[in-house]
Amino acid sequence: MSEVPKFRPASVRRVPDAASELRLIEIRREAESRGQVKGAGIRPSGSPFPIASPETGYYGIPLLKRAPWTWEIPLYFFTGGVAGAAAVVGAIADYTGADRGLVRDARWIAAAGAVISPALLIADLGRPSRFLNMLRVFKLQSPMSVGAWTLVGFASGASAAAFAQFMQERYGPLLPLRVIENAGQAASLAFGLPFSNYTGVLIGATAIPVWNESVDELPIHFGMSGLSAAVGMLELMGHRKSRALQWLGFGAAIFECLEELRIETHRLACLDPLRKGGSGAVVRAGGVLSGPLALGLRVLSFLSRGKQSRELRKWAAMSAIAGSLITRIGWLYAGNVSARDWRQALRIPRSSE
Amino acid sequence: MSVTAFLTDSTLCIGCKACEVACKEWNGIGEDGLDWSGFSYDNTGAVGASTWRHVKFVEHAPEPGFGGNAPELNSWAFSSDVCKHCEEAGCLEACPTGAIIRTEFGGVYVQPDICNGCGYCVVACPFGVVDKNRDDGRAFKCTFCYDRQKAGLVPACVKACPTESIKFGEIENLRGKARERMAELHLRGMTDATFYDASDSSVRGTHAMFIVRGDPRSYNLPPKPEVPTIYLKKAWTSSAIGAGLLLAGSLLAFLFENRGDGR
Repeated sequence: MSEVPKFRPASVRRVPDAASELRLIEIRREAESRGQVKGAGIRPSGSPFPIASPETGYYGIPLLKRAPWTWEIPLYFFTGGVAGAAAVVGAIADYTGADRGLVRDARWIAAAGAVISPALLIADLGRPSRFLNMLRVFKLQSPMSVGAWTLVGFASGASAAAFAQFMQERYGPLLPLRVIENAGQAASLAFGLPFSNYTGVLIGATAIPVWNESVDELPIHFGMSGLSAAVGMLELMGHRKSRALQWLGFGAAIFECLEELRIETHRLACLDPLRKGGSGAVVRAGGVLSGPLALGLRVLSFLSRGKQSRELRKWAAMSAIAGSLITRIGWLYAGNVSARDWRQALRIPRSSE
Repeated sequence: MSVTAFLTDSTLCIGCKACEVACKEWNGIGEDGLDWSGFSYDNTGAVGASTWRHVKFVEHAPEPGFGGNAPELNSWAFSSDVCKHCEEAGCLEACPTGAIIRTEFGGVYVQPDICNGCGYCVVACPFGVVDKNRDDGRAFKCTFCYDRQKAGLVPACVKACPTESIKFGEIENLRGKARERMAELHLRGMTDATFYDASDSSVRGTHAMFIVRGDPRSYNLPPKPEVPTIYLKKAWTSSAIGAGLLLAGSLLAFLFENRGDGR
């Protein structure tokens, strides 16, 4: 990689600079006094000049453009995934007659995500005032369009359910509020299922090699990562005795372990950003936190008793939440690295160096 | 009104950048390339939000006799790059606002009054053409001079090209011209002349075709560009499996918990 200079138009040194002007004066003096010049002249910036070839591509200038997304997008991937999974867990808990407190807290997480997610998404738009343009068409072939509509459906359902719940807690049960609560919950369940993992589809169906090569696993990976964070948040909100949450946490952590194993053992050059360099370190940190570490802490809490068990579960929950957030940051970072790898887009094997 | 195309013949290009200038002038794009990139006489390195035509300066390793050069000199080729206006355009499919449309001339056009700058087209383009203007917030690329074509004029770059390296016309007509030109070049001994229109990939051909010398990869033309919609089936299948796991997992967990409670 080091043999082709990085493309940095703005920082190229201008010639002649002060040093080369001095050298030119020396050469002139030498020519005047001796009639000939023996030493070397000046070295123009960039020399020896690179060449374009099937091995170096077009001077190694990357073909693909990076995603122009700012910090809001990985955070949105996280809040959206957590909110979607929390809505599903809350609705199922409600339908199976589980602890009311758990249902209530799951709805609050979903509603919080339903407020924060669109705000983040809109803030990232180049023209935030035109967010509603997303809703002038519905395009099945565009994951961004499907996602925008899913977000609207989910946000409406989750916030309606939480609002109706809040009003009833405050002013007592009322039939219209019960209807809104149940309809909102049903909608947040229906939209929450795709909302928890569509971001994997969103980045999987792009021209960026590291993403589209992982398109088979990305949505499941993001969905499970969201579930582990949602479970973790519910546990941090005090539901540290729920065995259902413990089992869900176990399942998600085991899946994340397998995903981390897959990333670490692959042999495809286009997946290198997932385990090498800066982006590799971030992906690995996220994978370890949400996979092996969360799983280990859960096993320990399962084996221990009383206060210690609950304490360990708290740490497992925090590890899972941090891992889930870092995982999204890592995948977007890896995509940016992958887009700037000129070899991938031109299908030039690394071994040709 | 017919379906039109560009044919950029790099064997005729003299690297004058008149097409870049004409494009900037007609479309009112700001300057962005007064610094040298350090790669031959290239200024900007690639097409972008403010570079809709981009002249590539391809310096090959010395090849004796190539292009009539002295044996120790690098051979030099120029090629004017542009949005490929794909038959199956990744940006058009990905656009969530419907801002990107297919015009009656077969080009792919970003409607600037509808684009909201989500940036999804940027990662959906297999040629790395569409770019988000950081100051303006919207995505920009070659318009195929939609306004000029509407008025019956040829695109500005075509009009300005002094050597007819950039040709423009009805697409089938132009394909015929490209075949004739290829045969002529091969007959003259330029056996490394290559025709590029990505018609053998999922992009299903482009409205900007190229004749280059040697491997298209040295011109940053990808050998196998793929329109990202081909990944959708796998992606949504995976999403459905993920949703199924989430639903089934939650159901099992809470049902077993209830049973454990002896309810």
